[in-house]
Amino acid sequence: MAPPSSFLWSRRIFLTLLTGFVLLPVYVMVSSSLKPLADVTGEFRWLPSGLTIRPYIDIWSTVPLARYFVNSLVVAGAATVCSVVIAVFSAYAVSRYDFRGKRAFTVTVLSTQMFPGILFLLPLFLLYVNIGNATGIALFGSRGGLILTYLTFSLPFSIWMLIGYFDSVPRDLDEAALVDGCGPLGALFRIVVPAAIPGIVAVAVYAFMTAWGEVLFASVMTNDTTRTLAVGLQGYSTLNDVYWNQIMAASLVVSVPVVAGFLLLQRYLVAGLTAGAVK
Amino acid sequence: MTTTAEVEKPRADPGTGRAPRPRPGRIRRIGLPYLLLLPALVLELLVHLVPMAIGIVMSFKELTQFYIRDWGTAPWSGLDNYRVSVDFDAPVGEALLHSFLVTVGFTLLSVGLCWLIGTAAAIFMQDTFRGRGLLRALFLVPYALPVYAAVITWVFMFQHDNGLVNHVLHDQLHLTDKPSFWLIGDNSFYALLTVSVWKGWPFAFLIVMAGLQNIPGELYEAAALDGAGMWQQIRRITLPSLGPVNQVLVLVLFLWTFNDFNTPFVLFGRAAPEAADLISVHIYQASFVTWNFGTGSAMSVLLLLFLLAVTGVYLAVTSRGRRASHAR
Repeated sequence: MAPPSSFLWSRRIFLTLLTGFVLLPVYVMVSSSLKPLADVTGEFRWLPSGLTIRPYIDIWSTVPLARYFVNSLVVAGAATVCSVVIAVFSAYAVSRYDFRGKRAFTVTVLSTQMFPGILFLLPLFLLYVNIGNATGIALFGSRGGLILTYLTFSLPFSIWMLIGYFDSVPRDLDEAALVDGCGPLGALFRIVVPAAIPGIVAVAVYAFMTAWGEVLFASVMTNDTTRTLAVGLQGYSTLNDVYWNQIMAASLVVSVPVVAGFLLLQRYLVAGLTAGAVK
Repeated sequence: MTTTAEVEKPRADPGTGRAPRPRPGRIRRIGLPYLLLLPALVLELLVHLVPMAIGIVMSFKELTQFYIRDWGTAPWSGLDNYRVSVDFDAPVGEALLHSFLVTVGFTLLSVGLCWLIGTAAAIFMQDTFRGRGLLRALFLVPYALPVYAAVITWVFMFQHDNGLVNHVLHDQLHLTDKPSFWLIGDNSFYALLTVSVWKGWPFAFLIVMAGLQNIPGELYEAAALDGAGMWQQIRRITLPSLGPVNQVLVLVLFLWTFNDFNTPFVLFGRAAPEAADLISVHIYQASFVTWNFGTGSAMSVLLLLFLLAVTGVYLAVTSRGRRASHAR
């Protein structure tokens, strides 16, 4: 049945307005990154007076952007790998076995997911300082410490999502594998994990994106050498000048990898959310 | 959903008449779930439970900058930190109450708008039309962009002298007498709300899209046969069928928006303007700017109690909660 014209018109107007709203900052980011400094310090102009790629060259020397990039990559990558691997094991245990304390475990996971980051910031800060004083292991200011703190966001979410996803993988499949002589870990890695790939990818994408975009812990828990992009971008404003064209160029450069990866994997994300969270 | 041990149970059942054979690897099997959980348990302990315990202890201490190096020696202050936090006639408590109310209002508005826009977009894009795939990818861009990169662009757009917003509202449309300030003063609330909705609605869109896939097509066919128009189908089938999905979505959006730190922090810096003083930044400010970790911790614990209460009531009221707490 063809939709009535009232529906078509509402859809056209709504989607046009929404597209404008969504794209406005993207346009500003792209166009401003190609403007000379005079253009971004004066009155706003929709079109640049002269196109220049200068900001894209200068961003690397104004602040040590490459180092921040590597830091972000290492921290976000490690946090993602850790939380996905750990979540796969524990979600499998919860989804496939009955054991004492299961409910306590899932309730803990579910509830820590809703705690505000600020709640953990102060205690982790003090804990790291204390561990550093007592043992000499520098957690505070190190990449390792930051990776550990990022698990506060990604781990509970990953476990929770994967339990839902593993539940949706038919139990007969891995039971058959067990009967055929697979060990439980064999059943997990040969049957359950391959069947749950969309869920695992969704969880990995989510974990990486949160770590890549996190500001709070990064601003407190890093020093000059371990600073991530989230904090490093603030370096483009000095007391006298704000290099808006460079800020926009740098924003674009740090966004492209995540946005491209996300759009490539969005199919998995929708599938993962359907089974993991929505069911 | 809880009958997970179908493989294990028959073997462990002593009622089969056979004496349970001692089997190599049997102990390992019984311990297996715990072994699988071990890494998660250790980490949960390290990043959640121990810090929470520390946080609660901290909230009963007089923890100022003098004791940071060795906070264990900070003197006990009993309930003083809590008393200060909830004394709404004194400056600290008054500011906290104000921040809490701002956060509640902001969260309700933001979640409502995100839900509305996300749901409308998902429903409008339910059936195929030309350009749908492209549009869907575009709509996910705000969600995919790193918070600081996206929000810093908004900061640029909200600039007083060289921002797009004032250029459009004042120079081009002449809607305002003079260029407004967006990142200080009362307007900052609307600036924050705009950014938050821009960033948040794609998540609602994503979840509702996923939810729409679970509605069987026969329902629409039957309704069409009965003569229901498109709008009626949306009102009578689509929206009611989304009920369970919406319950999860609204709770998650609420918690995320309520706890959001990144957006206001990038938008306003360490000290948010009064009109947009969200609770996370407020606690950060109370702890790291005025260096009173004890009061900051007490505020965190109060915030946590509030969130637990809201979530508990919400889960008790919605069916999802009943199902989730039994099944999981």
